[in-house]
Amino acid sequence: MNDSIGRKRRVRCAVLNVLMYTAAGLICLLLLGLIGYIILRGVPHITWSFISTKPSLIKGTTGILPNILNTLYIIAITLILVLPLGVGAAVYLTEYAKNKRVVDLIGLATETLAGIPSIIYGLVGMLIFVQFFSLGTSLAAGALTLVIMTLPTVIRTTQESLKTVPASYREGSLALGSGKWHMIRTVVLPSAIDGIVTGCILSIGRIVGESAALLFTAGMANEIMGITDAIKPGNAGSSLTVALYMYAKERGQFDTAFAIAAILLVLTFIINLSAKLAAKYLKKGNE
Amino acid sequence: MNKLKKPAHVLERTMHIIFLLCGLTAVLFVALTTVFLAISGIPAIHKIGIFKFLFGKVWASTAAEPLYGILPFITSSVYGTLGAIVIGVPIGLLCAIFLAKMSPRGLGGAVRNAVDLLAGIPSVVYGLVGMIIIVPLVREVFNLPDGASLFAAIIVLTVMILPSVISVSETAIRAVPKEYEEASLALGATKTETVFKVTVPAAKSGIASAIVLGIGRAIGEAMAVMMVSGNVANMPKLFGSVRFLTTAVASEMSYSSGLQRQALFSIALVLFIFVMLINGILNLIIKRGERNE
Repeated sequence: MNDSIGRKRRVRCAVLNVLMYTAAGLICLLLLGLIGYIILRGVPHITWSFISTKPSLIKGTTGILPNILNTLYIIAITLILVLPLGVGAAVYLTEYAKNKRVVDLIGLATETLAGIPSIIYGLVGMLIFVQFFSLGTSLAAGALTLVIMTLPTVIRTTQESLKTVPASYREGSLALGSGKWHMIRTVVLPSAIDGIVTGCILSIGRIVGESAALLFTAGMANEIMGITDAIKPGNAGSSLTVALYMYAKERGQFDTAFAIAAILLVLTFIINLSAKLAAKYLKKGNE
Repeated sequence: MNKLKKPAHVLERTMHIIFLLCGLTAVLFVALTTVFLAISGIPAIHKIGIFKFLFGKVWASTAAEPLYGILPFITSSVYGTLGAIVIGVPIGLLCAIFLAKMSPRGLGGAVRNAVDLLAGIPSVVYGLVGMIIIVPLVREVFNLPDGASLFAAIIVLTVMILPSVISVSETAIRAVPKEYEEASLALGATKTETVFKVTVPAAKSGIASAIVLGIGRAIGEAMAVMMVSGNVANMPKLFGSVRFLTTAVASEMSYSSGLQRQALFSIALVLFIFVMLINGILNLIIKRGERNE
């Protein structure tokens, strides 16, 4: 076969093939290099006391328990608020909306929100929640800012899976005499559970990785808080990412920064894996 | 019968309105963001003068006679983004073509997992690695006093935009109808020729949106850039320390006051307008692509 084409063409094809393999290889090398380097530099510094204490100037020790807890609090508060809003919006768009203008408007707004850089969310969150609603620099203000940021993700994933629920399910339910809300609650939403869970996991991923939006809204404190303190206005706390930034940029404690980076990397891995598993298994149960 | 029906009817109406309100929150959030940014950003632009603000070459916010010119930030952001696109798009596109058309089954899955993981790594982690590996490397290789520079920022941004460029263009390439390729193969073109001369041109609107998405990512990145770019308000030089629009906002926010603080919000407003323009272009491309189909 190859004899029939000219030498020039064959060379060009070969070069392009080599370039493609090189690009793909580069991506893999990049990832392996990143993971290897971060694990090598970070893991030796992860000890039990490192993840179970708070930093102490007197003892000269560093601990990241406050940051772990803050990250969990922010995830919890954000999800509790964004899930009903996002799922509700997706239900409206797929089940209720008849006016194309309204659908287009909401769609445009969602896309716009998805494109805004996180540093701008940080500023706007500071203006709205920290100052205007006078929550102060606090976990609550940070979580509210992230609600705005993660809303498009939840809407989009839920909407996509609502679209795959067969119309016959809805028709069957309505024909049996159920009201629209009853149908949505008992038939549509349970069939769309894969999209809702995926949206949840992707949002967690964004929240765990977010730093710029939290810097000026959730603050930089490193104190251990209970869940009741976490939702009170004025109680600031830094997430893992913000702590990493502070340790690396402001204090030059690179060992601590790499240890946090290693933990973040493991979290990223777990989040990616569970998103894939959720999409696969929840969908299967559906069919 | 009517008595039974009424509460159900009320419930249906209520739920309808609740869902409508949920849907409108996204619109409300966009409106709030725009209004708050405009209110806090416009006064300083007005006081400084729009021409002096946008085209002033000197930013000296803490000087005795402060100057607020953001041209250095605008040009640094533009150069940094362009640099990342110029390096990142060819690599990303080649990788996307490989994933969509050429990869043997197992290998493709592995590369795709790598891309997904790269997409999920937090930006501060990229910043940290850039700070510890790229910055010293740039200093050594190019024999500079300090490696924290526009060049280092471009390298880090390139890595950060790769995942989105790859996954969006891969989807676009996969969406090209099989018949196009079959026709080309039947005419005697090799598989590689077919992919590059038929499939990729057919997927051009999707690839264009991948590039625009990459631009949006690069211009909006703050933390990683802050950690590797040196953060001095110079006019951009490839191996000089620079400050982007994003990092200009972040770096002075914690200690700013008065007109300086207002000017920071104006910078954010300028960045917001840039991003809105990019989003607008992206929507146009997608709309045109849909019409062509």
